[in-house]
Amino acid sequence: MSDFSDLYQDLILDHQKNPRNFGEMPEANHHADGYNPLCGDKLTLYLKLDDQGTIQDIHFKGSGCAISKASASMMTVALKGKKTVEAEKMFHEFHDMVMGKIDKAPEDLGKLKVFEGVKEYPARVKCASLAWHTMEAALHNEKDVVSTDDGKGSEA
Amino acid sequence: MPTSHTVAHYESQTFDVQKFRKDFPIMNQQVHGKPLVYLDNAATTQKPLSVIETENRYYREYNANIHRGVHLLSQQATKAYEDARVKVQKFLNASQPSEIIYTRGATEGINLVAQTWGRKNVQAGDEILISAMEHHSNIVPWQMLCEEKGAKLQVIPINDAGELLMDEFKKLVTAKTKLVAVTHVSNALGTINPVAEIIQYAHSKGVLVLIDGAQSVPHVKVDVQVLDCDFYVFSGHKIYAPTGIGVLYGKLKHLETMPPYQGGGDMIASVTFHKTIYAKPPHKFEAGTPHIAGVIGMGAALDYVSAIGLDRIAAHEHELLVYGTKVLSQFKEVRFIGTASEKAGVISFTLGEIHPHDIGTILDKQGVAIRAGHHCAQPVMERFDIPATARASFGLYNVKEEIDVLAQAIQKTLEVFA
Repeated sequence: MSDFSDLYQDLILDHQKNPRNFGEMPEANHHADGYNPLCGDKLTLYLKLDDQGTIQDIHFKGSGCAISKASASMMTVALKGKKTVEAEKMFHEFHDMVMGKIDKAPEDLGKLKVFEGVKEYPARVKCASLAWHTMEAALHNEKDVVSTDDGKGSEA
Repeated sequence: MPTSHTVAHYESQTFDVQKFRKDFPIMNQQVHGKPLVYLDNAATTQKPLSVIETENRYYREYNANIHRGVHLLSQQATKAYEDARVKVQKFLNASQPSEIIYTRGATEGINLVAQTWGRKNVQAGDEILISAMEHHSNIVPWQMLCEEKGAKLQVIPINDAGELLMDEFKKLVTAKTKLVAVTHVSNALGTINPVAEIIQYAHSKGVLVLIDGAQSVPHVKVDVQVLDCDFYVFSGHKIYAPTGIGVLYGKLKHLETMPPYQGGGDMIASVTFHKTIYAKPPHKFEAGTPHIAGVIGMGAALDYVSAIGLDRIAAHEHELLVYGTKVLSQFKEVRFIGTASEKAGVISFTLGEIHPHDIGTILDKQGVAIRAGHHCAQPVMERFDIPATARASFGLYNVKEEIDVLAQAIQKTLEVFA
């Protein structure tokens, strides 16, 4: 177990088993689809934004590996009630953290810092970031399916 | 390069897998602090020292372009390049070397046939018949052709064990069918298809047959004259040869009437601005400077497996398949995907609700390299209603102890997700 504790932490396994905010959300006013062609992770992200740009509610549905599912679940918990500008900021911080671009995980990521270990698993970065890419696409109401494969073989 | 004395040496012994393992320098290493257990041979195989040194020697001692130099190095390179073609010819038992065309791999071989034979012979309303267990490389080139020509792609269904439904196959061969293109061995399921029967039946209806041999040539003895297939493709890197080199076998009568694939140097007899006369096969299909080192390396790889003997390799891998299936059966969470009665050394499985990508990561940490994903066969995944599988696939250097390590790693995976 100790071999994997950096990646498969209890918190991640818990969200994987019992994903929060899981299921369709008919009252959503933004949504987007995400796809990770490498391992077949698929998810749909639903957002309900108010006029002030606050995320009133956020849900996801889909299937995928433990990392992608837990990441989506924990992201929804973290973003509920946040302003879209804050969500964008957290997206960039999370992205830089799992890509290993910063030495120390930003404090305001809170529990999401549990994904810091992903940077040691380059093949899994796409799994952890799929939900975030899809969330950003939903904010901008992008119609195309978000793919973590940017054709350059690197995580985008 | 192994020589004839090596052949005699190997044949006089039982299958000495530990001796063969020593031929593969990459095996002698640790990953994540654990001995490497390489069970991803259906993706690509490791290379024996003889192949590595043969390529190395070409670059160190006689690197030159082929078919165009009067100087000594060019003659040596040309000879090695064409000698390898004879090795491939003998390996497949083709009737002549000119039926062997070098490609970048099985994928390019299929695309070559689709873009040359296909564009010339397939018309609106015609049908191309493939199977439900094809790799994307034997689906997409035909879809592209069908789209261009207004032809239709038909698919032979499979049963729950992952076997072709032969009665359905026979019904799907009609007057509209122009070509049957099926895999010899499924990369995702391990199924060995009854290609001889398929070819015989298709021919009885006047339909040509292409066989995708990417997964079969390293494990099954292939004789294209006995099979009587019209086209056969394989990739070098799956049979212990370098990447970026492969083979298209085609009956000469087809190759002669097919238009060229790409235009350029080396594929012409003469060029003026008014008209170009194409070279004869195989050079008609080999425009530009080819992967000379890869070709020569592939020749060494075929020497290597021939010296051991494909029948003996197949028997060894079958033992691993039986043992692996038995060991993995002990886990109640394991569901085998692909349980055909005729199988090559491929075990595709799922593990309860654990996603194959997570299995792959945890196994990797134990030093065990497997494939996790859809194996470029998404229709197969759809057929079994799963997003992906974990796949262990065997090569001639694998041993039963490695399967035990795989089982221990699977046990760990179950513990992490308990």
